[in-house]
Amino acid sequence: MQVFFTLTRRELATYFVSLTGYVIIAAATLLVGTSFVVLLRNMGNESSPMPITEIFYLTPFFWIILLLATPVITMRLFALEKYSGTYETLMTTPVSDVQVVSAKFTAAWLFYLVMWLPMLACLYVVQYYARQSGALEAGTVGGMYLGIALVGALFLSLGCLASALTSSQMVAAMVSLTLGVGLFTFAFLPERMETGTHWQAQLLAAFALFRQLHDFARGVVDTRAVIFFASLTLFFLFLTLRAVESRRWK
Amino acid sequence: MNHDPMIEVVKLTKRYAGHTALTDISFTVGRGEIVGLLGDNGAGKSTTMRILSGFLPATSGTARIAGRDVFYDSREVRRRIGFMPENNPLHNEMRVREYLKFRARLKGLSWTRSRARVDTVLAQCSLTEVSQRIIGQLSKGYKQRVGLADALVHEPELIILDEPTIGLDPHQIRSVRQLIKSLAGSHTVLISTHILSEAEMMCNRMMIMLGGRILASDTPDNLQKLMASRGQVIAEIAAPAGELAACFTEMGDVAQFDVSETEGGFHRCALTARDGFDLRPQIFLLTCERGWALRELTRSRNSLEDVYMQITKPKEEEEA
Repeated sequence: MQVFFTLTRRELATYFVSLTGYVIIAAATLLVGTSFVVLLRNMGNESSPMPITEIFYLTPFFWIILLLATPVITMRLFALEKYSGTYETLMTTPVSDVQVVSAKFTAAWLFYLVMWLPMLACLYVVQYYARQSGALEAGTVGGMYLGIALVGALFLSLGCLASALTSSQMVAAMVSLTLGVGLFTFAFLPERMETGTHWQAQLLAAFALFRQLHDFARGVVDTRAVIFFASLTLFFLFLTLRAVESRRWK
Repeated sequence: MNHDPMIEVVKLTKRYAGHTALTDISFTVGRGEIVGLLGDNGAGKSTTMRILSGFLPATSGTARIAGRDVFYDSREVRRRIGFMPENNPLHNEMRVREYLKFRARLKGLSWTRSRARVDTVLAQCSLTEVSQRIIGQLSKGYKQRVGLADALVHEPELIILDEPTIGLDPHQIRSVRQLIKSLAGSHTVLISTHILSEAEMMCNRMMIMLGGRILASDTPDNLQKLMASRGQVIAEIAAPAGELAACFTEMGDVAQFDVSETEGGFHRCALTARDGFDLRPQIFLLTCERGWALRELTRSRNSLEDVYMQITKPKEEEEA
Protein backbone atom coordinates (compact mmCIF):
# COMPACT_ATOMS: atom_id res chain seq x y z
CA MET A 1 0.00 0.00 0.00
CA GLN A 2 2.89 2.32 0.81
CA VAL A 3 4.28 1.82 -2.68
CA PHE A 4 0.88 2.46 -4.24
CA PHE A 5 0.41 5.77 -2.39
CA THR A 6 3.99 6.89 -3.02
CA LEU A 7 3.66 6.20 -6.73
CA THR A 8 0.18 7.71 -7.05
CA ARG A 9 1.33 10.85 -5.29
CA ARG A 10 4.31 11.23 -7.57
CA GLU A 11 2.31 10.57 -10.72
CA LEU A 12 -0.33 13.07 -9.68
CA ALA A 13 2.33 15.61 -8.77
CA THR A 14 3.92 15.41 -12.22
CA TYR A 15 0.71 16.86 -13.72
CA PHE A 16 0.96 19.85 -11.45
CA VAL A 17 4.69 20.55 -11.34
CA SER A 18 4.83 20.91 -15.10
CA LEU A 19 2.72 23.10 -17.32
CA THR A 20 0.94 20.13 -18.95
CA GLY A 21 -1.59 19.68 -16.19
CA TYR A 22 -2.61 23.31 -16.15
CA VAL A 23 -2.81 23.44 -19.94
CA ILE A 24 -5.12 20.42 -20.00
CA ILE A 25 -7.35 21.87 -17.28
CA ALA A 26 -7.43 25.27 -18.99
CA ALA A 27 -8.28 23.73 -22.37
CA ALA A 28 -11.04 21.57 -20.88
CA THR A 29 -12.46 24.54 -18.97
CA LEU A 30 -12.45 26.65 -22.12
CA LEU A 31 -14.29 23.94 -24.04
CA VAL A 32 -16.83 23.40 -21.27
CA GLY A 33 -17.38 27.15 -21.02
CA THR A 34 -17.89 27.68 -24.74
CA SER A 35 -20.18 24.69 -24.98
CA PHE A 36 -22.34 26.13 -22.22
CA VAL A 37 -22.48 29.46 -24.04
CA VAL A 38 -23.58 27.71 -27.22
CA LEU A 39 -26.12 25.63 -25.30
CA LEU A 40 -27.63 28.64 -23.62
CA ARG A 41 -27.85 30.57 -26.87
CA ASN A 42 -29.59 27.66 -28.57
CA MET A 43 -32.07 27.34 -25.76
CA GLY A 44 -33.00 30.98 -26.18
CA ASN A 45 -35.38 32.23 -23.62
CA GLU A 46 -37.78 29.35 -23.40
CA SER A 47 -37.25 27.27 -20.33
CA SER A 48 -36.61 23.66 -21.04
CA PRO A 49 -38.00 20.78 -19.04
CA MET A 50 -34.64 19.01 -19.30
CA PRO A 51 -31.91 19.79 -16.82
CA ILE A 52 -28.92 21.49 -18.41
CA THR A 53 -26.61 18.58 -17.49
CA GLU A 54 -28.71 16.29 -19.63
CA ILE A 55 -28.57 18.62 -22.59
CA PHE A 56 -24.83 18.88 -22.16
CA TYR A 57 -24.44 15.12 -22.44
CA LEU A 58 -26.52 15.03 -25.58
CA THR A 59 -24.28 17.50 -27.38
CA PRO A 60 -21.02 16.57 -29.07
CA PHE A 61 -19.12 18.96 -26.77
CA PHE A 62 -18.91 16.55 -23.90
CA TRP A 63 -17.61 13.82 -26.17
CA ILE A 64 -15.05 16.08 -27.81
CA ILE A 65 -13.60 16.96 -24.41
CA LEU A 66 -13.64 13.35 -23.31
CA LEU A 67 -12.08 12.02 -26.50
CA LEU A 68 -9.36 14.66 -26.66
CA ALA A 69 -8.46 14.99 -22.99
CA THR A 70 -8.08 11.33 -22.06
CA PRO A 71 -5.29 10.50 -24.56
CA VAL A 72 -3.39 13.63 -23.52
CA ILE A 73 -3.70 12.71 -19.84
CA THR A 74 -2.62 9.11 -20.27
CA MET A 75 -0.04 9.32 -23.05
CA ARG A 76 2.92 10.00 -20.77
CA LEU A 77 2.10 7.42 -18.07
CA PHE A 78 4.31 4.63 -19.39
CA ALA A 79 5.62 5.98 -22.69
CA LEU A 80 7.56 8.87 -21.18
CA GLU A 81 9.14 6.66 -18.53
CA LYS A 82 10.17 4.15 -21.16
CA TYR A 83 11.56 6.91 -23.34
CA SER A 84 13.57 8.60 -20.59
CA GLY A 85 14.74 5.31 -19.08
CA THR A 86 13.21 5.89 -15.66
CA TYR A 87 11.03 2.86 -16.35
CA GLU A 88 14.10 0.75 -15.73
CA THR A 89 14.84 2.42 -12.38
CA LEU A 90 11.19 2.04 -11.43
CA MET A 91 10.92 -1.61 -12.38
CA THR A 92 14.14 -2.58 -10.61
CA THR A 93 12.77 -1.46 -7.25
CA PRO A 94 10.71 -4.02 -5.33
CA VAL A 95 7.37 -2.88 -6.78
CA SER A 96 4.87 -5.23 -8.33
CA ASP A 97 3.42 -4.65 -11.78
CA VAL A 98 -0.08 -4.44 -10.30
CA GLN A 99 1.03 -1.60 -8.02
CA VAL A 100 2.55 0.30 -10.91
CA VAL A 101 -0.47 -0.04 -13.20
CA SER A 102 -3.02 0.74 -10.51
CA ALA A 103 -1.07 3.74 -9.21
CA LYS A 104 -0.64 5.24 -12.65
CA PHE A 105 -4.29 4.71 -13.52
CA THR A 106 -5.47 6.15 -10.19
CA ALA A 107 -3.32 9.25 -10.63
CA ALA A 108 -4.65 9.81 -14.15
CA TRP A 109 -8.20 9.30 -12.96
CA LEU A 110 -7.86 11.73 -10.06
CA PHE A 111 -6.39 14.32 -12.40
CA TYR A 112 -9.24 13.74 -14.84
CA LEU A 113 -11.78 14.34 -12.06
CA VAL A 114 -10.01 17.55 -11.06
CA MET A 115 -10.19 18.61 -14.69
CA TRP A 116 -14.00 18.46 -14.61
CA LEU A 117 -14.38 20.53 -11.44
CA PRO A 118 -14.58 23.92 -13.20
CA MET A 119 -17.81 22.68 -14.78
CA LEU A 120 -19.49 23.22 -11.42
CA ALA A 121 -19.00 26.95 -11.96
CA CYS A 122 -20.79 26.74 -15.31
CA LEU A 123 -23.67 24.91 -13.66
CA TYR A 124 -23.82 27.59 -11.02
CA VAL A 125 -24.02 30.30 -13.66
CA VAL A 126 -26.83 28.44 -15.39
CA GLN A 127 -28.74 27.99 -12.17
CA TYR A 128 -28.33 31.61 -11.30
CA TYR A 129 -29.24 33.20 -14.62
CA ALA A 130 -31.36 30.71 -16.51
CA ARG A 131 -34.02 29.92 -13.99
CA GLN A 132 -32.90 26.28 -13.89
CA SER A 133 -33.21 25.50 -10.25
CA GLY A 134 -32.36 21.84 -10.88
CA ALA A 135 -28.91 22.48 -12.34
CA LEU A 136 -27.05 22.24 -9.07
CA GLU A 137 -29.26 19.74 -7.33
CA ALA A 138 -27.18 17.20 -5.41
CA GLY A 139 -28.73 14.17 -7.11
CA THR A 140 -28.27 15.47 -10.63
CA VAL A 141 -24.75 16.73 -10.06
CA GLY A 142 -23.77 13.54 -8.22
CA GLY A 143 -25.19 11.36 -10.96
CA MET A 144 -23.53 13.45 -13.62
CA TYR A 145 -20.12 13.29 -11.95
CA LEU A 146 -20.50 9.58 -11.39
CA GLY A 147 -21.22 9.19 -15.09
CA ILE A 148 -18.25 11.36 -15.99
CA ALA A 149 -16.02 9.39 -13.62
CA LEU A 150 -17.12 6.02 -15.00
CA VAL A 151 -16.97 6.84 -18.69
CA GLY A 152 -13.66 8.63 -18.04
CA ALA A 153 -12.23 5.59 -16.29
CA LEU A 154 -13.02 3.50 -19.35
CA PHE A 155 -11.35 5.91 -21.76
CA LEU A 156 -8.38 6.38 -19.42
CA SER A 157 -7.87 2.64 -19.22
CA LEU A 158 -7.71 2.58 -23.02
CA GLY A 159 -5.07 5.30 -22.79
CA CYS A 160 -3.11 3.33 -20.19
CA LEU A 161 -3.03 0.34 -22.48
CA ALA A 162 -1.87 2.43 -25.44
CA SER A 163 0.85 4.06 -23.35
CA ALA A 164 2.09 0.74 -22.00
CA LEU A 165 2.52 -0.58 -25.52
CA THR A 166 4.97 2.02 -26.80
CA SER A 167 7.79 4.29 -25.78
CA SER A 168 6.54 7.19 -27.89
CA GLN A 169 4.03 9.55 -26.32
CA MET A 170 2.82 10.54 -29.78
CA VAL A 171 2.06 6.95 -30.74
CA ALA A 172 0.39 6.38 -27.37
CA ALA A 173 -1.87 9.40 -27.88
CA MET A 174 -2.75 8.34 -31.44
CA VAL A 175 -3.54 4.76 -30.46
CA SER A 176 -5.69 5.77 -27.51
CA LEU A 177 -7.49 8.36 -29.63
CA THR A 178 -8.19 5.71 -32.24
CA LEU A 179 -9.42 3.23 -29.63
CA GLY A 180 -11.54 5.93 -28.00
CA VAL A 181 -13.09 7.12 -31.26
CA GLY A 182 -13.66 3.47 -32.20
CA LEU A 183 -15.57 2.84 -28.99
CA PHE A 184 -17.44 6.09 -29.47
CA THR A 185 -18.60 5.22 -33.00
CA PHE A 186 -19.49 1.74 -31.81
CA ALA A 187 -21.92 3.44 -29.45
CA PHE A 188 -23.83 4.77 -32.47
CA LEU A 189 -24.60 1.29 -33.72
CA PRO A 190 -27.48 0.45 -31.37
CA GLU A 191 -29.09 3.78 -32.20
CA ARG A 192 -28.94 3.15 -35.91
CA MET A 193 -29.91 -0.50 -35.95
CA GLU A 194 -33.41 -1.70 -35.43
CA THR A 195 -33.93 -3.05 -31.98
CA GLY A 196 -34.60 -6.70 -31.63
CA THR A 197 -34.75 -9.23 -28.92
CA HIS A 198 -31.99 -11.51 -30.18
CA TRP A 199 -28.78 -11.52 -28.18
CA GLN A 200 -26.72 -9.56 -30.70
CA ALA A 201 -29.01 -6.59 -30.38
CA GLN A 202 -28.97 -6.84 -26.61
CA LEU A 203 -25.19 -7.03 -26.57
CA LEU A 204 -24.96 -3.99 -28.79
CA ALA A 205 -27.44 -2.12 -26.64
CA ALA A 206 -25.02 -2.48 -23.75
CA PHE A 207 -22.56 -0.34 -25.68
CA ALA A 208 -24.98 2.57 -26.02
CA LEU A 209 -22.77 4.97 -24.12
CA PHE A 210 -25.09 7.91 -24.82
CA ARG A 211 -28.16 6.32 -23.42
CA GLN A 212 -26.31 5.26 -20.30
CA LEU A 213 -24.86 8.70 -19.72
CA HIS A 214 -28.24 10.21 -20.36
CA ASP A 215 -29.52 8.31 -17.36
CA PHE A 216 -26.65 9.45 -15.20
CA ALA A 217 -27.30 13.04 -16.22
CA ARG A 218 -30.85 12.81 -15.01
CA GLY A 219 -29.57 11.52 -11.71
CA VAL A 220 -30.56 7.94 -12.43
CA VAL A 221 -27.85 5.44 -11.50
CA ASP A 222 -28.35 2.22 -13.39
CA THR A 223 -26.27 -0.58 -11.85
CA ARG A 224 -26.07 -2.30 -15.24
CA ALA A 225 -24.25 0.71 -16.63
CA VAL A 226 -22.00 0.96 -13.58
CA ILE A 227 -21.03 -2.68 -13.90
CA PHE A 228 -20.58 -2.29 -17.66
CA PHE A 229 -18.13 0.61 -17.30
CA ALA A 230 -16.31 -0.87 -14.31
CA SER A 231 -15.82 -4.26 -15.92
CA LEU A 232 -14.64 -2.83 -19.24
CA THR A 233 -12.22 -0.55 -17.37
CA LEU A 234 -10.86 -3.50 -15.42
CA PHE A 235 -10.56 -5.49 -18.61
CA PHE A 236 -8.40 -2.83 -20.27
CA LEU A 237 -6.35 -2.39 -17.10
CA PHE A 238 -5.80 -6.14 -17.11
CA LEU A 239 -4.53 -5.88 -20.70
CA THR A 240 -2.27 -3.02 -19.57
CA LEU A 241 -0.91 -5.24 -16.82
CA ARG A 242 -0.18 -7.94 -19.38
CA ALA A 243 1.59 -5.39 -21.57
CA VAL A 244 3.72 -4.31 -18.60
CA GLU A 245 4.49 -7.93 -17.73
CA SER A 246 5.30 -8.76 -21.32
CA ARG A 247 8.92 -7.67 -20.95
CA ARG A 248 9.37 -10.82 -18.87
CA TRP A 249 8.25 -13.07 -21.71
CA LYS A 250 10.42 -11.55 -24.39
CA MET B 1 24.45 -14.45 7.70
CA ASN B 2 23.93 -16.08 4.40
CA HIS B 3 26.97 -17.83 3.01
CA ASP B 4 25.89 -18.10 -0.59
CA PRO B 5 28.02 -16.13 -3.01
CA MET B 6 26.54 -12.71 -3.75
CA ILE B 7 26.14 -13.35 -7.45
CA GLU B 8 26.07 -16.76 -9.03
CA VAL B 9 25.54 -16.93 -12.76
CA VAL B 10 25.39 -20.27 -14.52
CA LYS B 11 25.30 -20.69 -18.29
CA LEU B 12 23.34 -17.52 -18.85
CA THR B 13 22.22 -16.91 -22.41
CA LYS B 14 20.19 -14.00 -23.73
CA ARG B 15 18.85 -13.87 -27.24
CA TYR B 16 17.02 -10.91 -28.67
CA ALA B 17 15.08 -11.30 -31.87
CA GLY B 18 17.81 -11.72 -34.45
CA HIS B 19 20.93 -11.69 -32.33
CA THR B 20 22.50 -13.26 -29.28
CA ALA B 21 23.59 -10.80 -26.63
CA LEU B 22 25.00 -13.28 -24.13
CA THR B 23 26.32 -16.77 -24.81
CA ASP B 24 26.58 -19.21 -21.92
CA ILE B 25 28.30 -16.96 -19.44
CA SER B 26 29.05 -18.22 -15.94
CA PHE B 27 30.70 -16.43 -13.07
CA THR B 28 30.46 -15.92 -9.32
CA VAL B 29 31.07 -12.87 -7.22
CA GLY B 30 31.76 -13.22 -3.51
CA ARG B 31 30.50 -10.90 -0.80
CA GLY B 32 32.39 -7.65 -0.38
CA GLU B 33 34.11 -7.85 -3.76
CA ILE B 34 34.28 -4.98 -6.21
CA VAL B 35 34.12 -6.50 -9.65
CA GLY B 36 34.49 -4.67 -12.93
CA LEU B 37 32.78 -5.79 -16.11
CA LEU B 38 34.91 -4.61 -18.95
CA GLY B 39 34.17 -4.60 -22.62
CA ASP B 40 33.41 -2.65 -25.75
CA ASN B 41 29.99 -1.31 -26.46
CA GLY B 42 27.68 -4.17 -27.29
CA ALA B 43 29.79 -6.73 -25.44
CA GLY B 44 26.86 -7.68 -23.23
CA LYS B 45 27.67 -5.74 -20.07
CA SER B 46 24.35 -3.91 -19.83
CA THR B 47 22.37 -7.01 -20.73
CA THR B 48 24.09 -8.94 -17.94
CA MET B 49 23.27 -6.17 -15.48
CA ARG B 50 19.68 -5.90 -16.60
CA ILE B 51 19.18 -9.61 -16.11
CA LEU B 52 20.77 -9.48 -12.66
CA SER B 53 18.53 -6.59 -11.67
CA GLY B 54 15.45 -8.52 -12.76
CA PHE B 55 14.52 -6.08 -15.50
CA LEU B 56 14.99 -8.56 -18.33
CA PRO B 57 14.56 -12.33 -18.26
CA ALA B 58 17.34 -14.58 -19.52
CA THR B 59 16.66 -16.89 -22.46
CA SER B 60 18.31 -19.78 -20.62
CA GLY B 61 20.57 -20.37 -17.66
CA THR B 62 20.19 -19.16 -14.12
CA ALA B 63 21.31 -16.15 -12.16
CA ARG B 64 21.09 -16.09 -8.38
CA ILE B 65 21.68 -13.20 -6.07
CA ALA B 66 22.34 -14.07 -2.42
CA GLY B 67 21.00 -17.52 -3.22
CA ARG B 68 17.73 -16.31 -4.76
CA ASP B 69 16.78 -16.71 -8.39
CA VAL B 70 16.50 -13.34 -10.13
CA PHE B 71 13.51 -14.44 -12.17
CA TYR B 72 11.41 -16.51 -9.77
CA ASP B 73 12.21 -14.52 -6.67
CA SER B 74 12.47 -11.20 -8.43
CA ARG B 75 11.04 -8.91 -5.74
CA GLU B 76 13.22 -10.35 -2.99
CA VAL B 77 16.22 -9.92 -5.25
CA ARG B 78 15.26 -6.35 -6.11
CA ARG B 79 15.01 -5.55 -2.41
CA ARG B 80 18.68 -6.53 -2.08
CA ILE B 81 20.16 -4.64 -4.98
CA GLY B 82 20.77 -1.02 -5.79
CA PHE B 83 20.85 -0.57 -9.54
CA MET B 84 21.97 2.44 -11.51
CA PRO B 85 21.19 1.88 -15.20
CA GLU B 86 23.16 3.19 -18.13
CA ASN B 87 22.84 6.94 -18.69
CA ASN B 88 21.48 7.29 -15.16
CA PRO B 89 17.84 8.18 -15.87
CA LEU B 90 16.31 10.48 -13.24
CA HIS B 91 13.08 12.38 -12.80
CA ASN B 92 14.37 15.75 -13.88
CA GLU B 93 11.44 17.73 -12.55
CA MET B 94 11.95 16.63 -8.95
CA ARG B 95 14.19 18.08 -6.27
CA VAL B 96 17.13 16.01 -5.07
CA ARG B 97 15.86 15.32 -1.55
CA GLU B 98 12.30 14.80 -2.78
CA TYR B 99 13.52 12.30 -5.38
CA LEU B 100 15.61 10.32 -2.93
CA LYS B 101 12.76 10.29 -0.43
CA PHE B 102 10.41 9.05 -3.15
CA ARG B 103 12.85 6.31 -4.13
CA ALA B 104 13.40 5.30 -0.50
CA ARG B 105 9.67 4.98 0.07
CA LEU B 106 9.31 3.03 -3.16
CA LYS B 107 11.93 0.63 -1.92
CA GLY B 108 9.85 0.00 1.17
CA LEU B 109 11.63 2.09 3.80
CA SER B 110 9.43 3.45 6.57
CA TRP B 111 8.83 7.19 6.82
CA THR B 112 11.33 7.86 9.62
CA ARG B 113 13.86 5.41 8.28
CA SER B 114 13.72 6.90 4.79
CA ARG B 115 14.32 10.34 6.25
CA ALA B 116 17.38 9.21 8.13
CA ARG B 117 18.73 7.26 5.16
CA VAL B 118 18.21 10.16 2.75
CA ASP B 119 20.22 12.41 5.07
CA THR B 120 22.96 9.80 5.28
CA VAL B 121 23.29 9.26 1.54
CA LEU B 122 23.09 12.99 0.85
CA ALA B 123 26.12 13.43 3.08
CA GLN B 124 27.85 10.33 1.75
CA CYS B 125 27.55 11.53 -1.84
CA SER B 126 28.28 15.20 -0.96
CA LEU B 127 24.86 16.30 -2.14
CA THR B 128 23.73 18.09 1.01
CA GLU B 129 24.24 21.58 -0.42
CA VAL B 130 22.15 20.82 -3.54
CA SER B 131 19.42 18.82 -1.78
CA GLN B 132 16.78 21.46 -2.56
CA ARG B 133 17.80 21.98 -6.19
CA ILE B 134 15.82 20.62 -9.13
CA ILE B 135 17.59 17.60 -10.61
CA GLY B 136 17.23 18.78 -14.21
CA GLN B 137 19.26 21.88 -13.43
CA LEU B 138 22.21 20.08 -11.85
CA SER B 139 25.52 19.41 -13.54
CA LYS B 140 26.22 15.94 -14.83
CA GLY B 141 28.55 15.15 -11.94
CA TYR B 142 25.86 15.94 -9.41
CA LYS B 143 23.26 13.99 -11.35
CA GLN B 144 25.54 10.98 -11.38
CA ARG B 145 25.90 11.26 -7.62
CA VAL B 146 22.13 11.49 -7.25
CA GLY B 147 21.92 8.21 -9.17
CA LEU B 148 24.50 6.69 -6.85
CA ALA B 149 22.70 8.00 -3.77
CA ASP B 150 19.53 6.39 -5.10
CA ALA B 151 21.32 3.06 -5.52
CA LEU B 152 22.59 3.28 -1.93
CA VAL B 153 19.54 4.65 -0.17
CA HIS B 154 18.04 1.33 0.96
CA GLU B 155 21.40 -0.13 2.05
CA PRO B 156 21.43 -2.90 -0.54
CA GLU B 157 23.78 -5.86 -0.23
CA LEU B 158 24.68 -5.63 -3.89
CA ILE B 159 25.19 -2.46 -5.89
CA ILE B 160 25.11 -2.69 -9.67
CA LEU B 161 26.39 0.36 -11.52
CA ASP B 162 26.25 0.56 -15.30
CA GLU B 163 28.99 2.93 -16.46
CA PRO B 164 28.90 5.19 -13.42
CA THR B 165 31.65 7.56 -14.61
CA ILE B 166 30.70 8.01 -18.24
CA GLY B 167 30.69 11.62 -19.41
CA LEU B 168 32.21 13.06 -16.25
CA ASP B 169 35.22 15.34 -16.06
CA PRO B 170 38.39 13.96 -14.42
CA HIS B 171 37.62 15.69 -11.16
CA GLN B 172 34.16 14.22 -10.92
CA ILE B 173 35.43 10.80 -11.98
CA ARG B 174 37.85 10.95 -9.07
CA SER B 175 35.16 11.72 -6.54
CA VAL B 176 32.79 9.06 -7.87
CA ARG B 177 35.65 6.57 -7.87
CA GLN B 178 36.51 7.35 -4.27
CA LEU B 179 32.90 6.97 -3.29
CA ILE B 180 32.72 3.54 -4.93
CA LYS B 181 35.98 2.48 -3.30
CA SER B 182 34.62 3.47 0.08
CA LEU B 183 31.81 0.96 -0.39
CA ALA B 184 34.19 -1.99 -0.52
CA GLY B 185 33.79 -4.50 2.27
CA SER B 186 30.34 -3.49 3.44
CA HIS B 187 28.77 -3.86 0.00
CA THR B 188 29.36 -5.99 -3.04
CA VAL B 189 29.75 -3.84 -6.13
CA LEU B 190 29.48 -4.78 -9.78
CA ILE B 191 30.58 -2.02 -12.13
CA SER B 192 30.63 -1.94 -15.88
CA THR B 193 33.00 0.31 -17.70
CA HIS B 194 34.94 0.52 -20.88
CA ILE B 195 37.72 2.54 -19.31
CA LEU B 196 40.49 0.20 -18.28
CA SER B 197 42.38 2.43 -15.92
CA GLU B 198 39.17 2.93 -14.02
CA ALA B 199 38.58 -0.77 -13.51
CA GLU B 200 42.24 -1.16 -12.63
CA MET B 201 41.94 1.41 -9.87
CA MET B 202 38.59 0.48 -8.38
CA CYS B 203 38.13 -3.24 -8.73
CA ASN B 204 39.67 -6.20 -7.05
CA ARG B 205 38.60 -8.36 -9.95
CA MET B 206 37.95 -7.72 -13.60
CA MET B 207 35.94 -9.66 -16.11
CA ILE B 208 36.63 -8.90 -19.73
CA MET B 209 33.66 -9.43 -22.01
CA LEU B 210 33.47 -9.55 -25.77
CA GLY B 211 30.61 -10.52 -28.03
CA GLY B 212 28.52 -11.87 -25.19
CA ARG B 213 31.24 -14.04 -23.66
CA ILE B 214 33.58 -13.64 -20.72
CA LEU B 215 37.11 -13.90 -22.06
CA ALA B 216 39.08 -13.45 -18.89
CA SER B 217 38.35 -13.03 -15.22
CA ASP B 218 41.09 -12.24 -12.74
CA THR B 219 42.64 -9.53 -10.60
CA PRO B 220 44.15 -6.63 -12.56
CA ASP B 221 47.63 -7.66 -11.39
CA ASN B 222 47.23 -11.25 -12.50
CA LEU B 223 45.90 -10.20 -15.86
CA GLN B 224 49.00 -8.12 -16.32
CA LYS B 225 51.27 -10.95 -15.24
CA LEU B 226 49.52 -13.26 -17.61
CA MET B 227 50.38 -10.93 -20.42
CA ALA B 228 53.84 -9.89 -19.25
CA SER B 229 55.26 -13.10 -20.68
CA ARG B 230 54.26 -11.95 -24.10
CA GLY B 231 55.98 -8.62 -23.55
CA GLN B 232 58.84 -7.23 -25.54
CA VAL B 233 62.46 -6.76 -24.52
CA ILE B 234 63.99 -3.47 -25.52
CA ALA B 235 67.76 -3.23 -25.84
CA GLU B 236 69.94 -0.39 -27.06
CA ILE B 237 73.22 -1.72 -28.35
CA ALA B 238 76.12 0.02 -30.12
CA ALA B 239 76.70 -2.43 -32.96
CA PRO B 240 76.24 -2.59 -36.73
CA ALA B 241 72.63 -3.29 -37.65
CA GLY B 242 73.50 -6.17 -39.94
CA GLU B 243 75.44 -8.06 -37.27
CA LEU B 244 72.67 -7.52 -34.75
CA ALA B 245 70.09 -8.91 -37.12
CA ALA B 246 72.28 -11.93 -37.81
CA CYS B 247 72.73 -12.62 -34.10
CA PHE B 248 69.03 -12.35 -33.39
CA THR B 249 68.15 -14.66 -36.23
CA GLU B 250 70.53 -17.22 -34.80
CA MET B 251 68.98 -17.04 -31.31
CA GLY B 252 66.36 -19.75 -31.20
CA ASP B 253 64.19 -18.02 -28.60
CA VAL B 254 63.56 -14.83 -30.53
CA ALA B 255 60.26 -14.94 -32.32
CA GLN B 256 60.39 -11.51 -33.83
CA PHE B 257 62.75 -8.56 -33.78
CA ASP B 258 62.96 -5.04 -35.02
CA VAL B 259 66.18 -3.01 -35.23
CA SER B 260 66.13 0.73 -35.70
CA GLU B 261 68.85 3.35 -35.48
CA THR B 262 68.99 5.87 -32.65
CA GLU B 263 71.43 8.68 -31.88
CA GLY B 264 75.05 8.04 -30.79
CA GLY B 265 75.61 5.04 -33.03
CA PHE B 266 73.28 2.87 -30.98
CA HIS B 267 70.56 0.65 -32.36
CA ARG B 268 67.29 0.17 -30.65
CA CYS B 269 66.20 -3.47 -30.78
CA ALA B 270 62.70 -4.59 -29.90
CA LEU B 271 62.60 -8.34 -29.41
CA THR B 272 59.67 -10.64 -28.84
CA ALA B 273 60.46 -13.96 -27.25
CA ARG B 274 58.93 -17.31 -27.99
CA ASP B 275 56.77 -18.84 -25.22
CA GLY B 276 57.30 -16.18 -22.59
CA PHE B 277 61.02 -16.76 -22.41
CA ASP B 278 63.03 -14.01 -20.72
CA LEU B 279 65.60 -12.82 -23.27
CA ARG B 280 67.47 -10.35 -21.09
CA PRO B 281 70.32 -12.61 -19.83
CA GLN B 282 71.01 -13.81 -23.36
CA ILE B 283 71.24 -10.26 -24.67
CA PHE B 284 73.56 -9.32 -21.86
CA LEU B 285 75.83 -12.29 -22.53
CA LEU B 286 75.80 -11.55 -26.24
CA THR B 287 76.95 -7.95 -25.76
CA CYS B 288 79.68 -9.04 -23.30
CA GLU B 289 80.92 -11.66 -25.67
CA ARG B 290 81.09 -9.28 -28.63
CA GLY B 291 82.30 -6.32 -26.60
CA TRP B 292 79.35 -4.12 -27.64
CA ALA B 293 78.22 -1.29 -25.44
CA LEU B 294 74.79 -1.80 -23.93
CA ARG B 295 72.97 1.25 -22.57
CA GLU B 296 69.45 -0.01 -22.04
CA LEU B 297 67.90 -3.39 -21.38
CA THR B 298 64.27 -3.48 -20.29
CA ARG B 299 61.24 -5.66 -20.51
CA SER B 300 58.25 -3.54 -21.40
CA ARG B 301 55.43 -4.11 -18.94
CA ASN B 302 52.18 -4.47 -20.75
CA SER B 303 49.65 -1.94 -19.67
CA LEU B 304 46.21 -3.25 -19.04
CA GLU B 305 45.26 -1.61 -22.28
CA ASP B 306 47.58 -4.00 -24.15
CA VAL B 307 46.18 -6.91 -22.17
CA TYR B 308 42.72 -5.93 -23.17
CA MET B 309 43.63 -5.47 -26.81
CA GLN B 310 45.39 -8.81 -26.87
CA ILE B 311 42.54 -10.66 -25.23
CA THR B 312 39.90 -9.18 -27.45
CA LYS B 313 41.85 -9.15 -30.72
CA PRO B 314 42.07 -12.80 -31.80
CA LYS B 315 38.33 -13.22 -31.44
CA GLU B 316 37.61 -10.35 -33.75
CA GLU B 317 39.89 -11.83 -36.37
CA GLU B 318 38.15 -15.15 -36.05
CA GLU B 319 34.81 -13.54 -36.66
CA ALA B 320 36.03 -11.50 -39.60
